[in-house]
Amino acid sequence: MKFVDEYRDPALARSMIEQINNTVKSNWTIMEICGGQTHSIMRNGIDQVLPEKVSLIHGPGCPVCVTPIEMIDRAIAIALEPNVILCSFGDMLRIPGSSKDLFVAKSEGADVRIVYSTLDSIKIASEHLDKQVVFFGIGFETTAPSTAMAIHQANRLGLDNFFMLNSHVLVPPAMTALLDSPDNRVQAYLAAGHVCAVQGSSEYEPIAEKYSVPIIVTGFEPLDILSGILAAVTQLENGTATVENQYKRVVPTDGNPEAKALVYEIFEVTDRKWRGIGTIPSSGLQIRESYKQFDAEKHFNVEFITAEEPEQCISGLILRGLKKQNECPEFNKTCTPMKPLGATMVSSEGACAAYYTYNQHKVILPVLESK
Amino acid sequence: MCLAVPGKVVEISEENGLKMGKIDYGGTQNSTCLEFVPDVNIGEYVIVHAGFALNVLDEKEAKKTLDIFDELEQKKSEFLRKLSK
Ligand code: SF4
Repeated sequence: MKFVDEYRDPALARSMIEQINNTVKSNWTIMEICGGQTHSIMRNGIDQVLPEKVSLIHGPGCPVCVTPIEMIDRAIAIALEPNVILCSFGDMLRIPGSSKDLFVAKSEGADVRIVYSTLDSIKIASEHLDKQVVFFGIGFETTAPSTAMAIHQANRLGLDNFFMLNSHVLVPPAMTALLDSPDNRVQAYLAAGHVCAVQGSSEYEPIAEKYSVPIIVTGFEPLDILSGILAAVTQLENGTATVENQYKRVVPTDGNPEAKALVYEIFEVTDRKWRGIGTIPSSGLQIRESYKQFDAEKHFNVEFITAEEPEQCISGLILRGLKKQNECPEFNKTCTPMKPLGATMVSSEGACAAYYTYNQHKVILPVLESK
Repeated sequence: MCLAVPGKVVEISEENGLKMGKIDYGGTQNSTCLEFVPDVNIGEYVIVHAGFALNVLDEKEAKKTLDIFDELEQKKSEFLRKLSK
């Protein structure tokens, strides 16, 4: 495929790995923020071909994984109300709430539907005016524009039977929270390419400066990731800490102005709880007062529902890069992608699931093997 | 959720007041909202997330990145040639 295959070239990947080898002198720990990158790193075996001095740790960048358990419980409570159609992305249905997931709610009679786009739920709402249609909207800066558009469209079409259960989070505050933590291990970040596609790379500059960490805006193909790692290692060895954009073909410095404008028309910044991590100040988006008629939490009065995560799941430590997946005693025992205990095992981009799928078998290194 | 590959815009239309389009990914086609890329033209590549195009791929920058990769590779082979002399 054009603009894909070129960035998967095995010969170039090999020479990039050599470059990294030639550059690195000390031990460095680099965190890739985005779960999509974690997935790509594992699938291509990149973690297995890096010099030992370079450790990659997997960041909290899977929005499915950081959605707090109480939001799942709230979604289930709403789905079980009479006359409700609850729509969400497929991944959300298998996330364990405190007693069940949305699939189980569906089997108990709730009308839960998987949609591909938020606009599908708008269509369902306009076709079922006698029902209350709720979209369970989660994600980072990447999906916030689509959630905002659904509310904008419902407002424009005058749909009073459409509601949004919103659990949007923002990435930069989580990056600073990790750097602020006393047990922080991160020395450089690979910033999430598609989050930056919306927000731009400029919002990372104050973070790089304040914490003296190199931040490399990085894409998802093997060569993108390797060149991100090379740029990070080069900066670390040279003692510099700036924002570098290795994914210029998709990320403009200022992001996407149309998308940002709509997001901040509909939402405002708020504190938000992250599953496994806790509340991070100014790390979420909430629906503005002027659009509150679309807020499902208020309409269905579920804000009182709270819940705690199962104690045996250490995904919080994994999401902060403090433990590796294989250090969890439940991994591949009581917890597998078929029967996940924690959210990082549910989404294919979750660190535990990516590790389960690829690293267990230690045989595939497509970047290097294919000729 | 944040993984996406670029797809080619093959059709632009309007639906319920929104700019929509068909995006081709090497044969499979999907309907996508183009509201956030208002200036996109047929034939250009976009990055799509959950049914919304987030940005138009900058082909010049794509080529530049590949040129940098190629340069790295060339430098390496020169280096190896010198070594083996
Ligand atoms: S393996 Fe399962 S229980 Fe252990 S941290 Fe990962 S998701 Fe949680």
